[in-house]
Amino acid sequence: MNLTTRYLGLELRNPFIVGASPFSDDIASCAALEEAGAAAIVLRSLFAEQIELEQRALVHHTESASESYAEATSYFPNYEDYPLGPDPYLQRIQTLKKQLRIPVIASLNGSHLGSWVSWAKQFEEAGADAIELNNYHLATDPQINGEKVEGEILHIVRTVVASVKIPVAVKLSPFHASLSHFALALEQSGAAGLVLFNRFYQPDFDIEELDVLPQLKLSDSSELLLRLRWLSIISPHAKMSLACSGGVHHAEDAIKAILAGAHGVQVVSALLKNGPAHLTSLRDGLEHWMADHDYDSVEEFRGAMNLKRCPDPEAHERANYIRILQSWRI
Amino acid sequence: MSSVETSPATFATLDANEAVASVAYRLNEIIAIYPITPSSAMAESCDEWAAAGKPNLWGEVPRVVEMQSEGGVAGAIHGSLLGEALTTTFTASQGLLLMIPNLYKIAGELMPLTVHVSARSIAAQGLSIFGDHADVMACRATGCALLASNSVQEAQDFALIAHVASLRASLPFIHFFDGFRTSHEIQKILTVSDSTLQQMVNEEDIAAFRARALSPDHPTIRGTAQNPDVYFQGRESVNRYYDDLPAVVQSTMDRFASLTGRQYHLFDYHGHPEAERVVIIMCSGWETVCETVDWLVESGEKVGVIAVRLFHPFHVDSFVAALPKSVKAIAVLDRTKEPGSLGEPLFLNVMAALAEARSPLAGSGRVVGGRYGLGSKEFTPGMAAAVFKNLTAPEPRHRFTIGIIDDVTGSSLDYDADFDLEAPEVRRCVFIGLGADGTVGANKNSIKIIGEQTPLYAQGYFVYDSKKSGSMTTSHLRFGPSPIKAPYLIRNADFVACSQFGFIGKIGVLDFARVGATVLLNSPYSPEETWQKFPRDWQESILAKELRVYVIDANQVSEAAGMGRRTNTVLQTCFFALSGVLPRNEAIDQIKATIKKTYGKKGESIVAMNYAAVDAALAGLQELKVNSAWATPLETAAGRHRYFEGAPDFVQRITARLIAGEGNLLPVSALPADGCWPTATSRFEKRNIALAIPSWDPAVCIQCNKCVLICPHAAIRAKFYEPAALSVAPVEFKSTPFRSHDFPDQLYTLQVAPEDCTGCSLCVQVCPAKDKTNPRHKAIDMVSQAPLLAAERANWDFFLQLPDPDRTTLKSGEVKSSQFMRPLMEFSGACGGCGETPYLKLLTQLVGDRLLIANATGCSSIYGGNLPTTPYCQDSDGRGPAWANSLFEDNAEFGFGIRLATDRHADAAWELLRSLAPEIGDTLVREMLETDQATEAGIARQRQLVTELRGKLGQLDDKPEARRLAALADHLVKKSVWIIGGDGWAYDIGYGGLDHVLSTDANVKVLVLDTEVYSNTGGQSSKATPMGAVAKFASGGKAVAKKDLALMAMQYGHVYVARVAMGAKDSQTLLAFREAEAHQGPALIIAYSPCIAHGYPLHLGASQQKLAVDTGYWPLFRRDPRFAEAGQNPFKLDSGPPKIDLDRFTANEARFGILKNVNPDRASELAGHAQTDVRRRYAFYEALAATPETDQASINLKPV
Repeated sequence: MNLTTRYLGLELRNPFIVGASPFSDDIASCAALEEAGAAAIVLRSLFAEQIELEQRALVHHTESASESYAEATSYFPNYEDYPLGPDPYLQRIQTLKKQLRIPVIASLNGSHLGSWVSWAKQFEEAGADAIELNNYHLATDPQINGEKVEGEILHIVRTVVASVKIPVAVKLSPFHASLSHFALALEQSGAAGLVLFNRFYQPDFDIEELDVLPQLKLSDSSELLLRLRWLSIISPHAKMSLACSGGVHHAEDAIKAILAGAHGVQVVSALLKNGPAHLTSLRDGLEHWMADHDYDSVEEFRGAMNLKRCPDPEAHERANYIRILQSWRI
Repeated sequence: MSSVETSPATFATLDANEAVASVAYRLNEIIAIYPITPSSAMAESCDEWAAAGKPNLWGEVPRVVEMQSEGGVAGAIHGSLLGEALTTTFTASQGLLLMIPNLYKIAGELMPLTVHVSARSIAAQGLSIFGDHADVMACRATGCALLASNSVQEAQDFALIAHVASLRASLPFIHFFDGFRTSHEIQKILTVSDSTLQQMVNEEDIAAFRARALSPDHPTIRGTAQNPDVYFQGRESVNRYYDDLPAVVQSTMDRFASLTGRQYHLFDYHGHPEAERVVIIMCSGWETVCETVDWLVESGEKVGVIAVRLFHPFHVDSFVAALPKSVKAIAVLDRTKEPGSLGEPLFLNVMAALAEARSPLAGSGRVVGGRYGLGSKEFTPGMAAAVFKNLTAPEPRHRFTIGIIDDVTGSSLDYDADFDLEAPEVRRCVFIGLGADGTVGANKNSIKIIGEQTPLYAQGYFVYDSKKSGSMTTSHLRFGPSPIKAPYLIRNADFVACSQFGFIGKIGVLDFARVGATVLLNSPYSPEETWQKFPRDWQESILAKELRVYVIDANQVSEAAGMGRRTNTVLQTCFFALSGVLPRNEAIDQIKATIKKTYGKKGESIVAMNYAAVDAALAGLQELKVNSAWATPLETAAGRHRYFEGAPDFVQRITARLIAGEGNLLPVSALPADGCWPTATSRFEKRNIALAIPSWDPAVCIQCNKCVLICPHAAIRAKFYEPAALSVAPVEFKSTPFRSHDFPDQLYTLQVAPEDCTGCSLCVQVCPAKDKTNPRHKAIDMVSQAPLLAAERANWDFFLQLPDPDRTTLKSGEVKSSQFMRPLMEFSGACGGCGETPYLKLLTQLVGDRLLIANATGCSSIYGGNLPTTPYCQDSDGRGPAWANSLFEDNAEFGFGIRLATDRHADAAWELLRSLAPEIGDTLVREMLETDQATEAGIARQRQLVTELRGKLGQLDDKPEARRLAALADHLVKKSVWIIGGDGWAYDIGYGGLDHVLSTDANVKVLVLDTEVYSNTGGQSSKATPMGAVAKFASGGKAVAKKDLALMAMQYGHVYVARVAMGAKDSQTLLAFREAEAHQGPALIIAYSPCIAHGYPLHLGASQQKLAVDTGYWPLFRRDPRFAEAGQNPFKLDSGPPKIDLDRFTANEARFGILKNVNPDRASELAGHAQTDVRRRYAFYEALAATPETDQASINLKPV
């Protein structure tokens, strides 16, 4: 049975990709995931903005108390002569490339165009097989309209794609006014793939202390439905690769994502909950289902339930929504 | 070796500490270190170079090892020398004194060693971190050679000469130069290349040294005990080495000259070839005298000066040879004082040399000695001229002083304070800044740019004031076409800049400007508005001196570039643009190159931010051209006199002048001879350094007083009082009904001291009371100080007049209640957000009226006792903490001694009271004997009884016992002796003494303010530094875990021990202080103290302490022996098991974050070990808490 799939031009032995997660921090975990059947691994996202903020904070905190008092003109060692090691993230890419046979995809969230390009080039030099641009952006400024937000993303994608030779995927949030149009624009800008969707941090409130509690909860299968809908809508038009990210916990979830048109299925929460071995059961589940349903290859059923090929396209669309609302009234 | 090219010799711009360290590092194998100002930077450089893997001359990385004290260093270097390793160290002041016993040994054993000393005062009537020769002169008898360097260039060169001569002569050297004036002066010098070092170092000498090593392969014994039959001869056996030494040094100097062209002699003469008057001097003052001599010779006078390089052994022939035959009078200048001596050491040597040479001068009365420059007192050409003038008198004054006014013994010479010898071709620039605003750093950059990128010579010297935060910095920069020899401050500058508009009218910025100078001001106003903001004397000064004034809103430009309040880059750019030292474009390119070099490794965004600031700077620069149409000038700014109204006489006469910066003008008679100063003076300083202060909303406040507790400066306080008290309150004075069952119908006020607050905002961070509809608004919010100032000043004055509550009615065991007690430590010079001072303030609230403090040298002795004003104060009865600092290393023993004396007096008083009972009256005596002084009420009652007793004793005045008891009666009220210091003292240098004192049954309380580094000297590692943190002396990350001082003290069983963190659990802190005080025996409290050396914004100190506790990094516990006596487990664990991973705590602090940047693998490895260690230690404490004391011996700390 042929579980292989092509994602971002990379030949994957099955559709299961370990999504951006802390797993990539630990070589042993990555090896276990590969052993369990992972077809590719996405590194934890590098947040350039965070790095820059941390650098600024370090400089600020080490300098801010200096040259105030004759006995202590500084409070930290001077590292002018210290041979700085390679950047840990780039080192991680290199190590994983050495240790693993499966493709290694670096993930990046830049803070400005310069940092997107600079990091992407360094990822490529470090040996990454592809880059996932993690477009995590929360539009809080009422002065900036959607067109401008999307224009900036497209500009970044065009620039990054032009600066590297390896394929570039774009991980999006679901909150775009016309996602299928935007997906097409991304493809035209050179994106080799689209990852649907980013999961935002979901701050909660402490109602006793009136505090905001930043947190990120693990996903569950209910989040899959949003992905299925948009994969189904985008896949008929897309020539680029599509990946489902968020809500794949069981083999059935993965099968649905592929039916909706995904070339790859990213898994994180299920692995964090169940451990690397869960990947084997996902892969086996897919294999059994294909065997039970006489599919010889993934490609055979990929997109079979998308908007173009599913038996009841209306079920994806507005009519269905109205029907469901009406059913609630009864 | 950042700026020192090792080969070939090139110019570099650096200070003497770096220059000396560069040579010492390359020439040694073992470097033992310990921090002490002003030498620490030499050790720090060596540690950093070793961590970076820099090799020495033989391709090996020297082993740099920190010891627990200079005494420890001395032992280690002695051992290392016996082990045939090339060894060095750096020290100063008390540190050198601690090495003395070993220096005798090392010299006695004829070991080659060079100790590099940035010479510093010795603490006597007071401590001084500044420069003079008291320390090295205390080593005259050790047998070490004493070699003096006069400048940064010489300090570097002599570091090499001392090292080479020491190996050749087989004798140790103390190589010294002036602390601060030379150690911290940046100069453009020629470096010594590796190849010069190689050619200077004689491998045969090294081989000979190594051949004498202590080794079982060719065993010898050293350190034998010698008896009267041979000891004397043994001492004389070394004479030949000392006889030979001067020639060895001279030949080494000659060899050095042949390689570098820089020729030195044991004694160097400068001046008229037929000089009749000669000054003899060592170190930096030589250049000042040379400059004066040149001027005097040019004026037709026959004068000269001799620099003494090799002070000990003092070579008579060379000295006499250097002295012109024509000389008729000599003044010997010593930068030290030996009270009661016939003269200071250099004078005595000169006199002895002249006598030995049978010079008629010796008995002529025309060779005189004088003192100058103690504690870095300025030594100017005007003073040097006065010394020469003294020699023209028929009978020149002997044992004179110069640079002060001695109105007690009349020793001082008059001098012309305005005498100026600045060379016209030298460009002089003065920059006034605020500590940490980047001004000094930018100036250091500018000096490097000019010194290293142009043919010009450069000099920089930096003056800081005595406060740790909000301090003023003054940078003195000179640039010129020839080497700059002017080791004194600039008074007539061509260019003056001020980075703080707040200084205008308060600081004499324009006093530095010469006529026609250029002035650059950071001003948020337009030129016209700026002019209107100037006080009249500024406006007059600008017009009279024809100053060209430029303004720029550097804050706005920096803010826009993302640099916050760091205006350094903007002002530096303006400096180059205006000063014309370099062509503008070239200057900008150089500034950018320096930025790239400084920040390139730290992040491109930081580089970009600085570039943006450079580019935006010039656009914002505007000239202030005075326009006659502008508004009438303001009156001269109101002085600060109102604060001194009603102040004690001493404060008005002395303190006020110190605050005004006029301390140099105070005569000797103004100073207390025994170093005993009045307390309660910080309230007069009114520093006004907060841009924002807390503003109170009574409607939201829950009156918890947590803000009052955490405030490091006692600048926010709470009181409750009768409503009637408000009848005379200022209109804007706020109050609200006091929420209290115990005190109904009272009003409550939370009041900020607007001019004493530092604006740290800790109070706002800890405030738990949020506005329910707008939680961003709290009961206190930070708001701009300026608009509130007038009203809050009046409110604060009124607040102070409200009566303090009766202490006997307060529940001192409750945090809220305890904070109504008046703090007897206020407005210290500690950093904004200091984590130490809240503990001290709490202590003074609890027992301040009967408190004696022995304070180890360190941060707490600086903010606690650094002039001009000190923070310990007095209650309305005039009682308050009595405070004393002895040394760094002896504090536990010092406090123990205070306790012994206090107890002795109390015992005597009780004895006398009993014996006089028949005369005094049994009722009074019995009540005094039976009053329970464990409570505030008991203390108050006992004080009343003492007053009563004094009345009775007055009637028994004819009895000597009664008079004695009257003198001792205050001791019938119990006293509390607290021994206070930081972790450097308690964990390291003072540990032996601390351990001993804890082992006794003395009723002393020890408070360790644990910042986990030597904070005061700039953050060097101590045994309290946690694993994985970087600190100076641990720049590669501390490899081992923090010492568990609490556990060590607990082993005694009878010691009360607590670990506290006020920001995490204030109630436990309060409980620990009260229990420690109540315990009749020794007590130890280790208090977690956030510090700027941790590298995070200190207003988050309390939340970071919570994380420290929640991660298990800082478990809270108490061990009270009284529980054991009651049959209970004495150990109480007050914090729960680690709830979150350690990295949640460490991720917030730069001391951990830096290592992740520079060495991520090591950071990760150490973080892993640290996490394991935290869990292991908590498990151990948990077991202690759960196991009856009788079984605790079986609990073991499991290995990591």
